[in-house]
Parts: sequence; C-alpha cells; structure tokens
Amino acid sequence: MADDTNTSANGRTVYHANRHAHPVKVAAAGVDVSYGDKQALHGVTLDIPDRAVTAFIGPSGCGKSTFLRCINRMNDTIETARVSGSITIDGEEVNDRGVDPVILRARVGMVFQKPNPFPKSIYDNVAYGPRIHGLSNSRDELDSIVENSLKKAGLWAEVSDRLHTPGTALSGGQQQRLVIARAIAVNPEVILMDEPCSALDPIATAKIEELIDELRENYCLIIVTHSMAQAARVSQMTAFFHLGHLVEYGPTEEIFTNPTDRRTQDYITGRFG
Amino acid sequence: MTDAPASSAIREAVSQRLAKRHRAEKRFRAYGVGAIALAVIFLAILLGSIGFQSLGAFTMNTLTLPVTINERQADPRGDGTEESLRRGNYNAIIQDGLRAQFPSVDDRAELRDLFGLYNGVNSASLMRKVVANPSLVGGTTDFTLPLSDDVDLYLKGITVSERFAGRQGALDVVVSDQTVRLESAEPAFADFLTVMRDELIRRADEAAANASRLESAAGAAATRDEREALLSQSRRQAALSVSLRERAEAQGDVVLGTDTPALFLQAEGGVIQVRSVSRDGRIAVGETLLPLQAEGPITAWTEWAVETPSNARRISDRRMVYARALEDRDMVRSGFNTILFTNADSRAPELAGVLGAMIGSILTMLVTMVLAVPIGVGTAIYLEEFAPKNRLTNFIEVNINNLAAVPSIVFGLLGLAIFINLFGLPRSAPLVGGMVLALMTLPTVIISSRAALRAVPPSIREAALGVGASRTQAVFHHVLPLAMPGILTGSIIGLAQALGETAPLLMIGMVAFIADPPTLGLSGFLEPSTVMPVQIYLWSGAAERAFEMRTAAAIITLLSLMIMFNAAAIYLRRRFERRW
Repeated sequence: MADDTNTSANGRTVYHANRHAHPVKVAAAGVDVSYGDKQALHGVTLDIPDRAVTAFIGPSGCGKSTFLRCINRMNDTIETARVSGSITIDGEEVNDRGVDPVILRARVGMVFQKPNPFPKSIYDNVAYGPRIHGLSNSRDELDSIVENSLKKAGLWAEVSDRLHTPGTALSGGQQQRLVIARAIAVNPEVILMDEPCSALDPIATAKIEELIDELRENYCLIIVTHSMAQAARVSQMTAFFHLGHLVEYGPTEEIFTNPTDRRTQDYITGRFG
Repeated sequence: MTDAPASSAIREAVSQRLAKRHRAEKRFRAYGVGAIALAVIFLAILLGSIGFQSLGAFTMNTLTLPVTINERQADPRGDGTEESLRRGNYNAIIQDGLRAQFPSVDDRAELRDLFGLYNGVNSASLMRKVVANPSLVGGTTDFTLPLSDDVDLYLKGITVSERFAGRQGALDVVVSDQTVRLESAEPAFADFLTVMRDELIRRADEAAANASRLESAAGAAATRDEREALLSQSRRQAALSVSLRERAEAQGDVVLGTDTPALFLQAEGGVIQVRSVSRDGRIAVGETLLPLQAEGPITAWTEWAVETPSNARRISDRRMVYARALEDRDMVRSGFNTILFTNADSRAPELAGVLGAMIGSILTMLVTMVLAVPIGVGTAIYLEEFAPKNRLTNFIEVNINNLAAVPSIVFGLLGLAIFINLFGLPRSAPLVGGMVLALMTLPTVIISSRAALRAVPPSIREAALGVGASRTQAVFHHVLPLAMPGILTGSIIGLAQALGETAPLLMIGMVAFIADPPTLGLSGFLEPSTVMPVQIYLWSGAAERAFEMRTAAAIITLLSLMIMFNAAAIYLRRRFERRW
C-alpha cells in the first residue's frame, strides 16, 4: 500500500483511488473555500472513483457539504463564497470560466438534505430537467424518460397510477426518491447527495440506501452523511473531514477497521463529533 | 430524598407564578377581543351612517309629462331637418306641458313655482329624443324627466315634515274675489290649532333655552364686547320666546304666516291654502291655489298640515301643492336613481352622476396598473434574485423604502412639474393621473413583491439549479409562480390605495368640474376627467342637501368598486394557488 500513498504539499497523507478497478471520475487538488473571511476548506486533494459510492463523513461544520457543493459549483449561488484550486471531472476543469454551470449541473446531479420536489405533479417534477435541456423530441420520448427515471429510482410501482398528482403530496421517503428520479432524468454522470436520509425514518432510509447501492452500477455517487453506519453500509470509499481539512481518505473497510489518523479513530469510535 | 422540601417549595413558587402567567394571558386575550370589537363597532357605525345617508340618493322621483311637440316651437324653420330641430325651444314645450296640467296657473310668481319643478337642462334630453325621432313633431308624447332636487327631497319626506288627515263633515265654501271662507258647525280645524299651538310653544321653549344658554355663555365671556354681544342675543331670544308664547295663548284669529306651520285643504280635486283660522276652530279663511272642481258645500276633505314653516324650507307652498297634485295624478314615479350611474357631474344635483368619475377612475387605474405592476415586479425580481449585494443596491433599496413613505401630494407636485410642465402632457388627463399614481404605487408593489419572492423557500431555487436550470429559468419557472399570490396581493393593495387617492390628482388638475364623461377608449386617456375620490371631495363641498346624499352614495359606490376589485384579486390568487 505504501506505494499508493504520497505526501501532499502541506504534509498530509493523500490517498489515490488508482489501485481500484474503477477509473477516477472526479479529481480535486488543493481546493480552498472561504465564506467571506472564514476559510471553510483548506487544500482538499482527493480522487473519486467512477461507478462507486464515496462517503464524506465528519462532524458538523467540517466542510464536507461545502466540498460537495464545489463539485457542481452550487457555491456560485452563495455570494460571499470564494473557491480556488482545481476540480476536474473526467479531466475537465470545473472551475474554468468557460464552463457553463448549467451544463455542469446537468452532468452532476444533486440531491439535498430535505426532499425538495417542485410543487408540481410527479410527472412534471421528473420531466422538468429533460424539458429545459431539450432531451426529448416527442411526448412519448419524454414519457419513457420519466418512466425509466422513476423505475431507476424505485418509485415507479408506487406512483405509476398517479403521475399527475402533486409531488409534494408524497411521503418523505417517496419525495426523496422522486428527487433522485428528477436528478437521474437528465442523465448525469455524477450524483451528489447531501445527507439524503437525515430527514427520513429507518424504513425509508433503508430503501434509499438500497437505491444508492443499485445506482452505483451506472453512476459515480458521492454522499455526505452523519451516520457512520450508513457510510459503512453503502460506500466503497470514505473520506473523513475535520475542521475544513481532509484528514483521511481510503477504502471504507480500511477507514473503519484500521484508520491511520488518530482523529479518524476518535470520530468513528464516537469519542468526539 | 433529601431535597424533597426544596423541590416542593419550588413547585409552590412555580404554581404561584403560573397563576400570574395565566392571568396575564387572559388579560391579553381580553385586550385583543376588545380591540377587535371596538374596530367592528366603529366600522359598523361608519358604514351604517354612510349607507343611511346615501339611501336618499339611490332613489329618485321622475315626472312623466305628456308634452305636445308643436311644429312652431320644435321646428322653427319648418323643414324638419336636424339643424332646424336643434334650434327648437324645447323648454317652452315642457313648460306648456306643465301649464296644460294646471290651467288655472297664470300669475308670474305662480308660473315660476310651477316651472321650478324641473331643471331647464332637461330640455336638451327632450331635444335629443325629438332629433332621434323627428316623427314626434306635431304629436303628443310622454316625456320623463327628473324632478328638481328640492321637490325630490320633499316627496321623499326628507326635508319637510307634514301630515295628512282625512275628514268628514260639512264645510260651507264661500268664494269672494281673492279669498275663500270655509265655515263649519263643528270645530273642524281644532286639531290643526293644537298642532299650531304645540309648535309655537315648542319654539318658545327652545328660544327660552337658547336665551339662558347664551346668558350663561355671556357670564363666561372673556371680553366685554363679547359679553355684550352674547347678552343682546340672549335678550333677543328671550323676547322671541315671550312673543311666541303670547301668540300661542292669544285670543282672536290665528294667522298663519311664513314662520308658522301651513295648512292646506284638499277637496274636489282642488287645494285651498288657509291663511287664518278662528280661535274656536270653526271658520277658516284662505285662498284657492288649485280650483275646486265642484261648487257648494263639501262633505269630505283632506287636512294637509305642514309643520315645517315655509321660511325653514327651500320648497315654496305652491310648489309643494303642484308636486302633490302631479303625484295624485299618478305622473310622479319613485324608482332607482339610474341617473346617478348614467350621468357625469352636473350643477343640478338631480342630474349629477358618477359615470364620468367612474370612467376616469377606470382609465387612470389602467394606466397605473400597466405601469406600476410590470415595472414594480420586474424591479423586485431583479433586486431580489439577480442584483449583487453591494453599496449601490443597498442605497437603491433604502431609497425605495423611503419612497413608500413620501406623502402622496409630493408625487402630485412631481407630476405637475415633470409630466405637465416639462413633457407638455394635458392637464386633468387620466394618462397623467395614472402616471402619477403609478409612481406612488411602485414602492408598495416592489416591497411586497420582494417580500413574496423572499418567502419562497431557497430549496426550490437549489432544486431547480441542481437539475441544471439557469438562474432565469429557476426564477421564472419556479420562484415567480410560487411568489405570485403574494405579488398579486401586494399589487392589489397598491392599486386599491391608488384608486382611493385624491391629493396628487388635485395637483394635476383632475379636480375640475367635468360634465361630459371621457370616452371609454384610447382617446379618453387624454380627455379631461376626474376620478371617484375627487368627485366625492367635490360633492362634499357642495351646499345642497341632495349633494350631501350623493356624496354618501358615491362613497358607497367607491367602496363597492374596491370590494369588487379585492374580490377579483382574491379569486385570482386562489386560482394561482390551486395551479401550484
């Protein structure tokens, strides 16, 4: 293993994903983020593999969500946020001026902490993305995109007979799966999930986790979670953030069974955080 | 459990405080209920008094008069052309029609009373009728015209108090030259004498009360001049009281004058006005106002006592008699006052309506709406969703908030200086009025729209951006529809405020007397006009009692317009809410 690790400029140990079967999808190098005067992320460098689930864990305010939002440039919407460093997806720089965030966000879907379906019908929720991106030429095509997305999100069986009822009338777990379907509908390569289960009950959580596991076949998934158990269950790679620093990053089993950093060990054993 | 005593002490303290807290809550609720009750009571009183005032203006008495359209008067050139018909003397035709109803009237003073039943302006309406249908010339037609305001109010029983009483008996009628002498074996006029006596004594008491009030006011007067003036007034009132009492108790004939109640006798299709009554109530002397159709003694008559003396009413004795006679002939109809809604302003109260002001208000509000709503909502969207937060936008925001607090008359001055003097737009025009009101309404629309936009949860924006919508798409597809109900409410409140605004419109000349309603079309925007609140203001300053009632009626109309406006807004808002 030693040959896979090297030491970054600021002396931290950085793990690379190249020993895995999957190629690198998202690569970050020296990402700094500050909100006004407050620096939220300090030189984060990591590579995220494709067709795998990568979990970001860490105590509240450690910067994991901030980092997640850098990947699809959602931080652009926060006026005081300053992002520097490099993030590439398939080798393409995300932070380039030339990159249109609209196209980027079509490639990188996002699911938020609280289910946020549009106050429209289930059908319109899923069809919204394809419509604005012009992904379908006909009504039938759109119908099939909606159906496939809902099937992939495991929601089709429950809502196929009421596609035109409001999406906001669904239960919390169903809403979250609807939001995932909405993200899938624009055919993204990467799906970011910001604590997708924190507002859900255990049964709905189990369903979402199952879904995440299935989606791994086709997408690069990055998930921020507060639940160590969830990270252990669904992810192949885990990154531990603390106070704006990436402390440790590696295969999930290793992080949970044999962490190298003391802080990681303390956190996963519940001594702080 | 060593701390048991301590915890029970705490519990006691808490329960004591709890009682206090409950009392405070009850008190607060009582304040709230009291405040609402007070508001409801005042609103009820306000609306009730306005509604009661307006009742007299929502009905009107019209006279349907058969008039003979003779060629000589209607068609002076005799060629039947429109030009000739427009030169006709239609007032004379109406006057002849009235004279035909009262053949006995020929005295000039009598004629003046008769022709005062209507306003001469009505001849224009007869002219239009004839011009529209020239075949009427040479024939007789029924012409309906509103009675003049004094007569109208009299017939409604608002300005004059009177009573009618049917009598049976035997009255000898002796006609000699100018006077009529009525004699009866029984005291036929005793009832009226009681009315008269009561009225005189009531007024004597009133004068005495006035005298003592003035005297005590004189005692408290600050200067000598003031005291002496008050004292002399007091003495005059006291003397009046004494003289009235003397008249009430006097022996001899009771003489009816301009300061006493009046007595009329209706019998055999004629009317006799009584000038004096003997003390025993058996003999009355008077004059014939309308001739009796039969001679000799009469056995049944109507005693018509008018308690309001003629110097305390605007309608003369004779005009009252003519009006009642026309009413008895079934020529006077009381109905809904359509004129109030089909006419513009007029100097004659019975011909004044709110149509002109209503059209003016509609045109003005259209301009205001077209300018204020899109600009205001657009500004709100830009400032809230797109504009960077920096010093400049902060400055703009502060100034928008300040503009909302600027007195509306300042906007009127601005309109006068910029739109009229600088741009040369016409005065009194709905276009200018609408522009001024739009300036006034803009801050309200912007502020409420921004609040509505801010109330949309950010998660909706994130969701839209997250699937790759551009910022504009996120705003127009998701945020704006969700904010729409709030934006609509704010805009409607702003427009309703503008609908009721008077002050800025005074500055740009919309306070003028406009007798022709503006065209309800494009050209109307530049025609002089007035608006509802200004019309109310103008009428409230008029002296006539009938205008006072029309003021209340116009207020009710304006309130109804506003309620309709708000109802439409609520309906729209519901629809938008249902769609989303």
